[in-house]
Parts: sequence; structure tokens; C-alpha cells
Amino acid sequence: MATEAQQSTTRRDFLFVATGAVAGVGAAATVWPLINQMNPDASTLAVASIEFSLNGIEEGQSVTILWRGLPVFVRNRTAKEIEEAKAVALADLKDPETDEQRTKEGHEQWLVMIANCTHLGCIPTGESGEFDGWFCPCHGSQFDTAGRIRKGPAPTNLVVPPYEFISDSLIQIG
Amino acid sequence: MSEHSTYTPGSGVEKWLDERLPIIRFSKEHLMDFPTPKNLNYWWTFGAILVMCLGIQIVTGVILAMHYTPNIAMAFDSVEHIRRDVNGGRMIQSFHAVGASMFFAAVYIHIFRGMYFGSYKAPREILWILGVLIFVLMMATAFMGYVLPWGQMSGWAATVITNIFAAIPIIGTPLLELLRGGFSVGNPTLNRFFSLHYLLPFVIAAVVALHIWALHVPGNNNPTGVDVKDGRDTLPFHPYYTMKDAFGMVLFMIPFVWFAFFAPDILGHPDNYIEFNSQVTPAHIVPEWYFLPFYAILRAIDFNLLFIDSKLLGVIFFGGSIVILFLLPWLDTSKVRSGNFRPMFKWFYWLFVVNFVALTYLGAQPADATGVLFSKICTAYYFIHFIVILPVLSRIEKPRPLPTSISESVLAKSHA
Amino acid sequence: MFNTKTVLATLAVLAGLSGVSATQAAGEVVHIEKQSWSFAGIFGTYDQNQLQRGFQVFNEVCASCHGARLIAFRNLAEEGGPSFSEAQIKALAAEYEIADATADGGVRPGVAADRWPSPFETEQDARDANGGSLPPDFSVLAKARGVHDAFPFWVFNYFTGYSEGGPDYIHGLLTSYEDEAPEGFELPEGKYYNHVFPGNAIGMAPPLSDGQITYEVAEGQTAVPETVDQYSTDVAAFMMWMAEPHLSGRKQTGFVVLLFLVVFAGLMYGTKRKIWAGIEH
Repeated sequence: MATEAQQSTTRRDFLFVATGAVAGVGAAATVWPLINQMNPDASTLAVASIEFSLNGIEEGQSVTILWRGLPVFVRNRTAKEIEEAKAVALADLKDPETDEQRTKEGHEQWLVMIANCTHLGCIPTGESGEFDGWFCPCHGSQFDTAGRIRKGPAPTNLVVPPYEFISDSLIQIG
Repeated sequence: MSEHSTYTPGSGVEKWLDERLPIIRFSKEHLMDFPTPKNLNYWWTFGAILVMCLGIQIVTGVILAMHYTPNIAMAFDSVEHIRRDVNGGRMIQSFHAVGASMFFAAVYIHIFRGMYFGSYKAPREILWILGVLIFVLMMATAFMGYVLPWGQMSGWAATVITNIFAAIPIIGTPLLELLRGGFSVGNPTLNRFFSLHYLLPFVIAAVVALHIWALHVPGNNNPTGVDVKDGRDTLPFHPYYTMKDAFGMVLFMIPFVWFAFFAPDILGHPDNYIEFNSQVTPAHIVPEWYFLPFYAILRAIDFNLLFIDSKLLGVIFFGGSIVILFLLPWLDTSKVRSGNFRPMFKWFYWLFVVNFVALTYLGAQPADATGVLFSKICTAYYFIHFIVILPVLSRIEKPRPLPTSISESVLAKSHA
Repeated sequence: MFNTKTVLATLAVLAGLSGVSATQAAGEVVHIEKQSWSFAGIFGTYDQNQLQRGFQVFNEVCASCHGARLIAFRNLAEEGGPSFSEAQIKALAAEYEIADATADGGVRPGVAADRWPSPFETEQDARDANGGSLPPDFSVLAKARGVHDAFPFWVFNYFTGYSEGGPDYIHGLLTSYEDEAPEGFELPEGKYYNHVFPGNAIGMAPPLSDGQITYEVAEGQTAVPETVDQYSTDVAAFMMWMAEPHLSGRKQTGFVVLLFLVVFAGLMYGTKRKIWAGIEH
């Protein structure tokens, strides 16, 4: 009698545990799509990576393009600007990065950066400030010709987005 | 029903909470210990199924509203955007659309269960009236929701249904313009329908709370219709009915999922995949299936009566077919609740069900001469059932002997 | 008691309905031959080769008048669809000029993320170019058309999940042109006779003819006939994909969910019985 009762208890417990476990799996599998729907949708992801042609941007000229809804500076730097950027000693920098780290090998004249100031997100004006680079009018951050923070409240350099050269005159951002 | 309370706060924190907001005590009394007749059959699980349906509609609806645009230039495309681009959007949208149909299927079963077992009779009249109110709110919500995808059926449903109000003498036309926010169905109409479609489900949830409150005062009816006599007649709600209801819900999800995944559009109409065009009416407009019986009643009236023209008369019958449900507790005066013990009522009940299904069928058919004739007969029978048959039955019918208690009937059944 | 009555009532309802429907049978129902589609049924998926052929028909024939504004080029590369390669799609998109206010001259070459450009700028342009008729947009057209079944056959559709009325109709329409309108039928100027189209007078000239499109046969594939019937089937399948691009994934998920629910229901039933064991009810 005793063993029978024990057996039936075990069976019963097993059934309850199994039902509870399956219910848990079902609940989790239901909840995930309800949360995941808030992630960027297919039409947003489709424009997460764009191609941009550099043709027609003369030396010393900047254009601002939109990538993932963010403004991006693409600047064809002059030889003087490149020289200035390379001449800076790393020790003088708040956020040390060499000019090479901020550009692509063989395409040093091209500087591609997200145009939002790393302080609070304003868009700096180009070819201005004490370092010939960018000056943020909101809170006075100053960037050099490689977009590195030199003076003012911004904590880091202007962000270089992931990009690569598909050919000499075509880049893919993102 | 605090006399059933067996709650003693286990810890200091629970005691502290209990003196300020006795929410645990309340939950225990009403969701766990609540004494429920032991003989409820599976038709009684539809109450819980309906709560689940409302939950599914609210959750999926809130999600759809994150991606939908209530503007006539973008509404149609934004629904397609949900289906095509949003992560899992095709499924969430079809659960919402199919969910509306399943919600109505469940509510019709729930209503007809109440009608058969006399669940509207004293002391449950308020419970019944709140139920009918929920049904009316559901119809309003579903109608406005159907307009949102802005297809041909959406726009023309909005046009036709708002026109019903124009039948009202004197204030009809101003009321129509007020509802539409214009002289025809347009952007203001769509925008306000979206707003109200979002609001009404929460109103429904509030009335559902009242409905359950009104249920918990007299307690559940049961298949014998006999009042609960003592503790031998009942079981605590948890775990007995929580499990039975949960099983019912899982079973109900099987056809639900079948439609949502394998035939999400079969309960809708192809014309709603054509964007609304106010210059072209589809050849054959039909409402969603759950409105068909009432639509058939509206269309059946094609004649004037005295000084009332056919349009207004149709609206009166249409409204009357719902209003009469509110009066049901006073039309059926038989003291016996359950149809199981009413030999004549049982036949007339099923005749009423058949008639109601026939109205559903007729509502979907083109309004030709034979269709309208049958609709008239079925409409007449619908009202005769309430106004003539039920009151007369209550007087002439000789009910079968009732069991003295629920436990007696349960024992008799198990020993038979 | 309730149960036997339920059965009786169901029978009565069915009898009542067939009585009513017999009187309704007077209304004519156009017969449309149902096709066997790869995407029908619980396990249905699109046939990638068929969708690619269907796209070819659409692109070479239909697209000159019919738009597909909800379709993006990228969709053509998606899994479960025609699944063209990314490179093919990029090249295809680049052939189109897309209006873009931010581009030089207001237009730029298309990219995969762009929507399919409509052949006409406005509805009026479309009508003017087509003798007053408006060629409908194809994006969801396959779901905006259907086949009417007589009672009681439509009842079965709920159990088989029949959702291919649109492609059946499209195939039916494209294969139902007749050179001569029947005796006594007044065919308006500029219209064509089609016995599936509602009203029978359609503004679209027969768009397909045998051998009109040359299908390329890839290695390891069997050639399909280059006939109107085959073209129609292929383009109808492609249009169904445009209208319901996530059909395959939806059905696969559905099958898993259904299986889960059956197992769960079984477990719930066992649990419920255990709990109720020993209670007379």
C-alpha cells in the first residue's frame, strides 16, 4: 500500500512539474515576439548600410550626409590639414588616437565622422575653432583636423562610423 | 463574501499590507477560496476564455498601435508595413484580427449558455445586464477596429453604419456629421475611431470587473439551476476551476491558432485588401460574420409603418434586437432556471438558436427578394421568441421535478 | 443531455441552411478551376523557381502598366521568396530611377531598400494611358480577389484553411479570354471579353500568348512549358508571394505552435483529472 501511494505521488508530481514546465516554455515563447517587435524593423535595417560616392567632393570640401538618421561629415582634407593632424603629439590629446587610426590606409585625405558632438549631441561647425577643425557652438568644444577633441567639455573624439572603401571613390557606411 | 475568508497574514509585512490594502486577502477570497458549484460543465469555462480573449486583444492591440498610422493617406500602407516589415508583425496582426472573431465566437457561446441555463434570472439580473452591456461595447469596439485598416470594407462599413444614426428624426443629420467629423467618412472619422478603439477595451475591462463582482455576490449559477445549499455543493475555485478553466483556454487556443497561422484572412473579406475609395462601393458589402444576424434584421425592414419610414424602422428593429436582451430577465418569468428541467422551453430554445444561425446566414446573402423574405420571417421569430413565447411558456409549462440540491444531482448522476 | 441536443441542433441548422441556400442558388456562380499550389496546406511553401519565373513574367509583361508599390527590391532577395542574390537585386534596383528630393536633379539610381517604382505617376496618368481603365497595383492584389464557393463547399474551407482563392482567380482570369463575345453580348469599344472577370468586359487586352516569354532553364532543372497556362500559374504564384511574403515562415511557426498546444492540452487534461480525482461532479 505504502509503495503504491508513493508511486502515485511521484507520478502525480511528475505530471504537475511537466505541465508547469511546458506552460513556462509556452509563456516565454509567447512573450519574446511581443518584445522583439519593438526592435528595428526590416525597412529600418535595410537602410542601416548605405553606399556613398565620393566623386565630386573637391579637396577642402565637406559634405554632410544622413546615415541611420544621423548626420555624417565626409571631408576631403587638404594636405595642410593632414600634416597638422599628423604633427600632434599623442600626449597632447584628451582621447589619444593617431590620425592613421581615424582614417583608412591609402585614403588619408578622407575623414568620415558622425557629426554629433560627443558632449551633448550638437552639430559642430567646420573649418573653425583654434585647431582649424570643428567648433561646437553649443558648449564650446574644439576639434582638430582629424576630429579629435582638443579643448572644451566633450569627453571623446568625434565618432568614426564603421565604413570601408569599396573602390577609390565609393564607400559603404555601416 | 468576506464570510469565506480564511486568510491570516503569514508575516509582519503581509499584516502591515493587509491593514492598509487587503489585496492578498481579496485575491485569496475571490480567486482561490471562492466557493463554486461542483457541477459546472465545460460551457462554464468560456467566462475565463473571454477574459483571455480580452487580454490578447489588448496586448496585441497596444503593439499594433506602436506601428500603425491613423491617417487616411497612410493607414492602409501602415497595416501592410506591420505585416511585411515589423518583426513578427504578420503574426501579431493576424492574432488581433482573428482574435476579434474568436472573441465573438466565445461571447456568443457564453451568451447562449446563459440563456439555456437561465443564468439571467433572479438574483443575477444585474450580472446579465452588465454582460449585455459588454456585448454592446464589444460590437462598437470591433466595428471601429475594422475601420482602421482603411480598406474598401472598412470605409464602406464606416459609411453604412454611421448612416444608421441619420435615420433618427430631427437630430439625425447633425448627429451624423458629429460622428464623422465631416460630411462624409474621412480623415477625422478614422482618427477618432482609432482613439475610441484604443479607449473602449479598457472600458470593457472595467465593466468586466463589475460583471465579475456581480457574479461573486450571488455566486455562480450551475447546470441544475438549483441554488447552492451548503458546503457539500461547492469546491474552492482554486485549484479545481483554475485548472478546468486553464484547460478550456488551451483547447480554445487550438482553433484560434489554426486560423491565425494557416488561414488568417479566411474570416475577413478580400475587398478589404483594396484601399478605401469613396467613389466605388464593392458589389457586395457584408459586415464581419459576428454582426450578420443583426445586419440581417436591419436589412429585413424594407417597408414603412404608419408615419415611420423603412430606414428608421430598420434602425428601431436593429436597436430593439439588442435592447430586448436587456429585458430578458423580466420576459422569462419561469421560476425554474435550467433548460434541462423545462421540456417545452428546451425545444423553443433550440429553435431560437437555429433561427439565429439562419439570420447569420441571411445577413451574408445578397438582399434579393427571397433573402429579404426569409430575413423577415427570421426577424419576426427573433422578436416573437422574446415577447410571446417566453412569457407564455412561463405560464403554461410544467417543469420536471428539480433535484433538492447540487450534491444530490451529482450523486444521482454518478450512480446512474 | 446538452450534448445530444447539440448534435440534433447542428443537424437542424444544417438542414435549415441548405433549405435557404437552395433558394439562393439562382444567383450565378462563375466556375473557376482551382489549381494545385505549392504554397497551399499546412506545409505549403513557395517554389523558388516558380517565383523567379513569375517575377520574369511580371517584370517583362505586367510591370509596364501595373505597379507594386509595397514591394521593396530587397524583398526579392528574402528567404522564402524568389530569393534572388543580393548582387542581382542591387543590379536590378540600379536600373531604376528613384525620385529623391535630396539627390542632384531630384532622381538617383535605385538601391535595394527602395520600393518598386510605379509605372505611372498619378492615377489619372494611368487611366489616360489605358483607355480609362485603372490597372490595379499588384502589391496585395492576390488577397483582394477570391473564388466563391457554393454552399456547403465553403464550409470545408475553414477546415482545410483554403487561402488560395486569389491566385486561383488570377490564373482563371488570365486563361479565360475569348476572341469573340458570345451572341447577344454587347462588348463596349476598347474592351475584351473574359468569362471570369465580373461583368465580362475587361479593359486589359489579353496580356499573354504562348511562347511570349523565354524561360531560362538553370542546370539540373526541368524545363517548363512556355504556354499561357504556365505563365499565368507562375505570375499568380508570384503575386501571392507579393501579397503574403511571410507565408512559409508563418506556416512553419504555426505547425510548431499547434503541436505544442496539442501536447500542452494533453498535459493540462491529465493535470485537471488528477486534481479532480475523487470529486463527484
